[in-house]
Amino acid sequence: MSDTTQEPMIAADGRPLKQSLARALRRQKLRALALIAPLLLFVMVTFIIPILSMLFRSVENQIVSNTLPHTVVALQEWDSAQSELPDEEVFRHLYFDLFKAAEAKEHSRLGTRLNYEKTGLSSVFRTTGRRLDDMGEVFQDPLEDINENFKNGAFWYEMLSGEGGEELLESRRTLWARLTGDSMAGDIGFVPSSQMADMLPWTTRAYTDFAIWTVVEEEDVVAEEDPWEAVYAGLAYDLQSEETRANIASYGGPGAEALKDAVANFDKLPKVDFKAAFAEAKEDWVTTDLWATVQVFSADYTPGYFLNAVDLELTPEGVQAKPENQQIYMQLFMRTLWMALVITGSCIVLGYPVAWLLANLPMRTANTLMILVLLPFWTSLLVRTSAWKVLLQQQGVINDILVWLGFVDDANRLILMNNATGTIIAMTHILLPFMILPLYSVMKTIPPSYLRAAKSLGATNWTAFWRVYFPQSVPGIGAGSILVFILAIGYYITPEIVGGTDGIFISNRIAYHISSSLNWGLAAALGSILLVVVLVLYWAYDKIVGIDNVKLGG
Amino acid sequence: MKLISKLMKPIAAATAIASLSGAALADDHMASNMTIVSWGGAYQDSQIKAYAEPYMEMNPGVSVTWDESSAEAVAKLRAMNEAGNITWDLVDVVAADALRLCDEGLAMEVDHDELLAAAPDGTPASDDFGDLIVSDCFIPQIVYSTTVGYRTDLVPEGTAAPSDICALFDLETYPGKRSLEKRPINTMEWALLCDGVAKEDVYDVLATEEGQERALAKLDTIRDEVIWWSAGADTPQLLADGEVFMGSTYNGRLFSAIVEQDQPIGMLWDAQVFDLDGWIIPADLPEERLARVKDFVKFATDTQRLADQAKYISYGPARESSAPLVGKHAELGIDMAPHMPTDPNNAKNTFLYNYEFWADYRDDIDAKFQAWLAQ
Repeated sequence: MSDTTQEPMIAADGRPLKQSLARALRRQKLRALALIAPLLLFVMVTFIIPILSMLFRSVENQIVSNTLPHTVVALQEWDSAQSELPDEEVFRHLYFDLFKAAEAKEHSRLGTRLNYEKTGLSSVFRTTGRRLDDMGEVFQDPLEDINENFKNGAFWYEMLSGEGGEELLESRRTLWARLTGDSMAGDIGFVPSSQMADMLPWTTRAYTDFAIWTVVEEEDVVAEEDPWEAVYAGLAYDLQSEETRANIASYGGPGAEALKDAVANFDKLPKVDFKAAFAEAKEDWVTTDLWATVQVFSADYTPGYFLNAVDLELTPEGVQAKPENQQIYMQLFMRTLWMALVITGSCIVLGYPVAWLLANLPMRTANTLMILVLLPFWTSLLVRTSAWKVLLQQQGVINDILVWLGFVDDANRLILMNNATGTIIAMTHILLPFMILPLYSVMKTIPPSYLRAAKSLGATNWTAFWRVYFPQSVPGIGAGSILVFILAIGYYITPEIVGGTDGIFISNRIAYHISSSLNWGLAAALGSILLVVVLVLYWAYDKIVGIDNVKLGG
Repeated sequence: MKLISKLMKPIAAATAIASLSGAALADDHMASNMTIVSWGGAYQDSQIKAYAEPYMEMNPGVSVTWDESSAEAVAKLRAMNEAGNITWDLVDVVAADALRLCDEGLAMEVDHDELLAAAPDGTPASDDFGDLIVSDCFIPQIVYSTTVGYRTDLVPEGTAAPSDICALFDLETYPGKRSLEKRPINTMEWALLCDGVAKEDVYDVLATEEGQERALAKLDTIRDEVIWWSAGADTPQLLADGEVFMGSTYNGRLFSAIVEQDQPIGMLWDAQVFDLDGWIIPADLPEERLARVKDFVKFATDTQRLADQAKYISYGPARESSAPLVGKHAELGIDMAPHMPTDPNNAKNTFLYNYEFWADYRDDIDAKFQAWLAQ
């Protein structure tokens, strides 16, 4: 094979040998892949995909633009640095967006989301949601007085349905699907008329939303239901335009009579002023702070959660440090890393002699000792942690014994738990087997003759241990340390029970945000950071010690 | 105390059982299994004995699966909703969680008069429960309170036993450790009350930056003596072991430590913080399961059933008409009425938890509170 210019070697079947070999290898690889495919699929479906989707939440922020699609667009041009409020157009979009969201019961979810960034928005959205009907009734009542037909659901249906509005219908349907997550592709029994969509755009749009809601959410028939208050508000707004009123004068289709009545009695309708209506519903709407927050968080993806996770915040003026009395996460990350290191260190100190004994005692004794190591390993984590509580508390067993022996004064009992000490003691005990077992399996493979040889060559006990035995046991320390450290960094039950306030870890805050505050975005950001920290440490360990030097067994 | 007077107004007792047995005919269109979520422990036992067992006796084909997940109910329901597979039929939550579930569209809005039985005298359910219906999704069951217990044997000699909530902050008269809940709710309110803020102003003050700092400053005066708890069982254990002198917990836990387990513990009713617990039905249940749940809820929240529950645990029934029917403890045979948080003698000075306030300020104040704890 030294000369490549020669004719390629041919296999028995007449193909070039190289190709034939590659083919065989490929087949082998595929077979191997097929063998592990079930496992791979299982891990993907149950582990990797859920984790990725959870981590994805740390940047995802579509809820704002999904709930207030038009408002967000209209708000883009507003300059939050000025002291002026957004103009009426933004409030008008807000009304129709929010009305739709309230009917879909999505508005208060947005309030919860924005409340993470600005306190008080939760109730702004909730309270306003209850007032939206009133804001539309202001127009509904006079319109119904002007012409009876406006009371009639079938009349509205007849007036606004027609031909050519498929595009409008589809775009509204897409927005609805983004808002609620429910999509329905089929016929809803209503197509807006394109003529009406041109003449009365806001009315038609609101009615189309109403039609989609009626069919998709309520499972009713559009023509039989009375329209939303927002449809009346839309008509009142459309009628404000002189051009529209002129167009109605020359309009002769369905509902022409009622519309003409409305134009004739236009002065009976209250003036459309959404800004004032929102100000009345909740005065926060007329503060620039609120709108600045909405604007900053209107992007589909936000670095906001990650910034929060490192004690920063996204404000209209850019990224800023959080007020000092709210900074907590950096401190918790540091503490978690530091305490995980301390726990790993104390596991090495305590575990090394035990592993040495296990590896060097006669079989019978070693087996008994092994059971003592494994027994706590088989006991429930909660039971062990609770047992530590009994031992460590101020009126607990350890303090009682110390007082009885006279080492400690009864009035000054040691505080061993509800602080960092408690977490370190309990977690060292709980994680100790993860240090002892890899150490033991490595030590088992170190021939005792090496130590004897060293000694026979004149080494002292210490030199023989330190220069000969210890270096050979380092792979066990490495494996044990990685196991203990990585387990410790994500621990949360033990710190929660015995950690008090200064013994808790970052995982306790992650758990809090997952199950209590429901700020999953922040929890995901904290979790992502923790994952990255672990990976970076692993990488650093590989660079410094070398991962090949780690042995989990002989 | 409108709430209390409503609960306490005596109403002639009537037999509610008869009026309800008809409603529980075993139907084919109802699912035969229900998954009910509750808190576990003595509270869930009281629900099993007072509601579920009699219901299953009347409907022999029905079985109930209990899930003790109420503490994480909101998070789990949200996850189930996202996965599109709701496995729970009925969930027991505190009122604040019911509000959040309703906000998120995860709980079903109910018409209380249509769903629930009227009182024996015909008062519609919405009047019978009155103000306790704090959300359209919430079906109240009980009134409980967060209050303070103390070790009677550790009260310094020559000093009267504490009777005032501010004893919590008075380390001179009552030295010793305290246990308080590791969250701002209740704790911040008590701190402000004891810092001289009038009861009706507490939430106005707490809404301001200065007010929050003021509450934390008050807590600073005892912070070295506080053990922070996160589970309701912690304080009774800490009190029983003599780890703390005083601590906050739910009144039912103190009742069980004092009366059932005979520990040397006393309790305060001063400034007890009222809260509510009740059912929500998850949104979008399939028809058959919904029919079963509605049938069960109608039975389990009628006047007699709510009164029965008080035989097993010292929480006040949420119906006005149940109060006069509250009888004796199922095992000890003592009168339960004096142990109810709503008893007029206990309810002389109460504090009503403001759900709306905490829905808004929870994230903000909690961040400050946790940062303060971590200092």
